[in-house]
Amino acid sequence: MSTESLRIVWVYPDLLSTYGDRGNALILARRAQLRGMPVEVLEVRSDQRLPATADIYLIGGGEDGPQALGAQRLLADGGLHRAVAQGSVVFGVCAGYQLLGTSFFAKGTRCAGLELLDLSSDRGPTRAVGELAGEVDPRLGIPHLTGFENHGGRTHLGPGVSPLARVTAGVGNDGATEGAWRGKLLGTYSHGPALARNPDLADLLLRWATGIHQLPPLDDTWADRLRSERRNAVAAAARA
Amino acid sequence: MPMRAKVASSVSRTAAALSRAAGRGDGSVIGGWIGLKIDPDLLAHLSAGRAIALVSGTNGKTTTTRLTTAAVGVLGRVASNAFGANMPTGHTSALAKAGSTPYAVLEVDEHYLAQVLEATEPHVVALLNLSRDQLDRAKEVAMMAQLWRAALVRHPRVRVVANADDPMVVWAATPPGDPAQGHVPPHVTWFSAGQRWHDDSWVCPECGSTIQRSGGQWWCTGCPLRRPEPQWTVEDDGVLDPTGAWHKIQLQLPGTVNLGNAATALAVAAEFGVRPVDAVSRLGTVTSVAGRYAQVDRDGRNIRLLLAKNPASWLEAFDMADVAPTLLSINARDPDGLDTSWLFDVDFSPLAGRQVLITGDRAYDLAVRLDVNGVPFRHVRTFDEAVRAVPPGRLEVIANYTAFQDIRAELDRVN
Repeated sequence: MSTESLRIVWVYPDLLSTYGDRGNALILARRAQLRGMPVEVLEVRSDQRLPATADIYLIGGGEDGPQALGAQRLLADGGLHRAVAQGSVVFGVCAGYQLLGTSFFAKGTRCAGLELLDLSSDRGPTRAVGELAGEVDPRLGIPHLTGFENHGGRTHLGPGVSPLARVTAGVGNDGATEGAWRGKLLGTYSHGPALARNPDLADLLLRWATGIHQLPPLDDTWADRLRSERRNAVAAAARA
Repeated sequence: MPMRAKVASSVSRTAAALSRAAGRGDGSVIGGWIGLKIDPDLLAHLSAGRAIALVSGTNGKTTTTRLTTAAVGVLGRVASNAFGANMPTGHTSALAKAGSTPYAVLEVDEHYLAQVLEATEPHVVALLNLSRDQLDRAKEVAMMAQLWRAALVRHPRVRVVANADDPMVVWAATPPGDPAQGHVPPHVTWFSAGQRWHDDSWVCPECGSTIQRSGGQWWCTGCPLRRPEPQWTVEDDGVLDPTGAWHKIQLQLPGTVNLGNAATALAVAAEFGVRPVDAVSRLGTVTSVAGRYAQVDRDGRNIRLLLAKNPASWLEAFDMADVAPTLLSINARDPDGLDTSWLFDVDFSPLAGRQVLITGDRAYDLAVRLDVNGVPFRHVRTFDEAVRAVPPGRLEVIANYTAFQDIRAELDRVN
């Protein structure tokens, strides 16, 4: 950790907050606090400088216009690139995932991304709306991914990244893979409060940020019930 | 009315009556659906000769429509789609069922405002608010504001009553006139009803700059868009009208949000020539609206139903609810939207210290949310279990759309 407390930055909530994106900051803070870690959550708006010294950066979903504007401002600001160079964790969701790549489509034009992940996004033939599930890259050591997706993009991964998961329901990147990760950067189409349904993913980000390999376990009764309910719902929908 | 429209109108009424008799529903959609199949222009035909007000927005439509109907009732009979069937089929059913009336007040789903403006040629349209709602299928907020704005450009003669506190509504209500086409900007009367939810209007819809807020005012930091001076405002427990006269409002509906709805109703009625002094007592006759705010006594518990469909309306519900045991129920069926992510846009901490029960198809989503909020709760499987779990006295029930209808059914479809 950079300082005595874990610093979480929610990047541009004025632009990139569409589907309960605040949830990811709340969940990380809660799970850190329950383990006795002091936490500071900073909401940095797009007209403010992005501090380069935080531990975790959260980038949420947004409409085309705000996504393009957010990418422009992050490129101009440079704070996120400096943070990544210093080993900070970045978690991008939906539009926030796409803009970590080399390029994405918004409002019908190709926009420059931050080039932090080796991937590019364009428009798919249809909008992907619904439950998303997948088996996570075993190297990450966490159970299956569950979420809800709502996006029109398709994302193509380059050799410099690994897929976060292999899709078992929904579309994700392209119907086969979902999300991407490299080092301590991770992105997913599981939108909004993705960590609510994936507490182990939240803990993975916390482990990356703190360097603590064994976090004390928490009572995840409700999250576990939610996960199995969603898994059953997806299975039932597949049978129907 | 042309013969085809007469036949369609009559068949529409019959179908609605049959639907009610068969216990299949309240007939507010099926009749209109059949009528429109026979005569696609039926809504326009049924609207002709009536002075019409449309009421649209994300939240408060049904209640404001009911209050406006009461206020305009000073002048004569008013047709209205009182039960929240707010798409053209519902409007058609309501007008066909009401027969000939001089006035109509119609609640309109925000996605259908352009279409219904076209069909009904209203005298006035009330624009309440725009906020995120069912994003898995609804239009995003800025896009909705753009649709409204484009629709108003095509109807420059309609009088607009709009919420000065919502930047998205203000922008939608003030399209530039196009002198080349003989268009003038619409005539707008502004009301201020306060706004608890700000998270969908941080970015200016006109220029993309940041919107700043302070002490009830708001302004864009990059262009001239700013809060217009309202002519109707809520002050204490009453409404200040454009002449500066203050009218005490005694409602049977809870919460400051309903005072705002009352101010809107008076402003709309005034566009028909209704004096507020003549209308205020009528507002107090509205008790519950399609089950919303209904109170039912069961086993010594006084159960009150509050509908909350999206983040903005949950915030208002917490404000309305008494500090009492509270049942929260969440579904995610088609009418609710399939995505529960919005639960994290709502701060549930106002419920801390109350006995909280949760139920519904998606109770586990709610459980995780409350856990993160540090609000203790108990999960119950049925409504009866909830009633038994709380002591005698008030039980507040806050539920989203289909969860609300499920509980209403448990209470014999209370209105």
